[in-house]
Amino acid sequence: MSAYSRTELLIAVIARLLGGVGHVAVGASSPIPGAAAFLAQARSGGDTMRVTVLGSRRHNDFTDGGRELFDCAAQGRIDAFFLGGGQIDGHGNVNLVGLGDYPNLDVRFPGSFGSAYLYFLVPRVILFREEHSPRVLVPKVDFISAPGVSAPEVHRPGGPYGLVTGRALFRFDKSRARFGLASLHPGETVASIKAATGFEFDLAPDIGETPAPDGATLSLIRGPVRDAIAEVYPRFAANLRSD
Amino acid sequence: MVSKNLLSLQALAARVPDGAMLAVPPDYSCVALAATLALIRRGVRRLHLLAVPQSGMQADLLIGAGCVATIECAAVTLGELGPAPRFTEAVKSGRVCIKDSTCPAIHAALQASEKGLPFLPSRGIIGSDLLRVRPDWALIDNPFPPHDPLVALPALKPDIALFHAPFADRHGNVWIGRRRELMTMAHAAKESLVTVEEVRDIDLMADEIFAAGALSSLYVGAIAEAKNGAWPLALPGVYEADEAALRRYAELASSEAGFAHYLSEANAARHAAE
Repeated sequence: MSAYSRTELLIAVIARLLGGVGHVAVGASSPIPGAAAFLAQARSGGDTMRVTVLGSRRHNDFTDGGRELFDCAAQGRIDAFFLGGGQIDGHGNVNLVGLGDYPNLDVRFPGSFGSAYLYFLVPRVILFREEHSPRVLVPKVDFISAPGVSAPEVHRPGGPYGLVTGRALFRFDKSRARFGLASLHPGETVASIKAATGFEFDLAPDIGETPAPDGATLSLIRGPVRDAIAEVYPRFAANLRSD
Repeated sequence: MVSKNLLSLQALAARVPDGAMLAVPPDYSCVALAATLALIRRGVRRLHLLAVPQSGMQADLLIGAGCVATIECAAVTLGELGPAPRFTEAVKSGRVCIKDSTCPAIHAALQASEKGLPFLPSRGIIGSDLLRVRPDWALIDNPFPPHDPLVALPALKPDIALFHAPFADRHGNVWIGRRRELMTMAHAAKESLVTVEEVRDIDLMADEIFAAGALSSLYVGAIAEAKNGAWPLALPGVYEADEAALRRYAELASSEAGFAHYLSEANAARHAAE
């Protein structure tokens, strides 16, 4: 099989987490999740899965302004969404605000965007952060933009589903508020993941190697997926190789 | 009639008083950038800048030029070009006060104003530190089953909404198409100041298709013509962003001296165009 890049591996990993999803929305600064959404759509046969990309004109049918994404999510019309984080902790809390003691931060990030809402309301939120290091995956975030779990009285149909990094895939167990290591990207071991992760996590009974994208998947990524994502992320698309 | 409300860019900028709460759209949705430069030239001060719900280059410019006392936003970023450098520096140093928010909270608080309500309740947010750093937000109980806790978001009533649009008609109605966050902003604000690519000698309300995407002059305080008024940002459906110019901004704005250089260059270019 032809060689593939780490970006292509990550696109394929995330796309597999979108199986059976009816409507996936892609937020700001999310080229790899966006490509994964288009890949999942292409593999689903094209017509059964709706992909909404913020910032797109071709792949965004919202006509009621910026609020429509959030209103849709609150009604249960969005099944999957992506969040990143300057910090992510072992309870699934994400920090998009900054490092240090708020408001006197040592490092300032852009801000919480819609995380404090969509994390509660979208059933399958996939956390994605390519950098997998103790400075990103921390025991406790400095600022909770959005919490991983909520008290039972809080209306919360949504939450974290998995965490994809440049080294591994974790699943999230809501009842325990903990991540479980599910698969290792090529070249990684349980020990190397433990060394690179600042929080404690469980080990799934069947941890294997993250499967490599096959030829058909790579053809999709290098063809229609690349073309679709180029509208919003031209620089990212230019760096994906063509078929 | 549009004649009495049709101003020069300078006169439009002069309508924004120091200390005003100024609502602006995100960088991808009809930013009045030429008017922003005119505001900076006029030396506006102590703005409460409300990003609906996020901003980028526009907020960075106003903050870098010392026009902003408080920024209320869900995020400020230059997107693929990285962090917004003047915003980041000013917030870290405490020179600008930040009211951190989340996108749907800003939309909902503006909708409260649209309806003349004191607040709107929202789900989500509970358990986020945003609730801790926003003492102006309150927890209430849903009075109906399942009686879950909700966050009460006080209405946001901007003094002015400022944005750019493709065109206005001879009566001062403005065509915004599908960019309906502009509609929410305009309804919520006391008045809107709008720059347009052109004023057309038509009546938007006489055409069903145009009327569906039109903001009534009822909400519009003044209009100014500004060709390429969003440049170097995109005007959706009319022109694309000028990527090279945006990259140049991101590079120069990373230092205070570079930012000043960019500003004088942009002002000179704008001056030549007017």
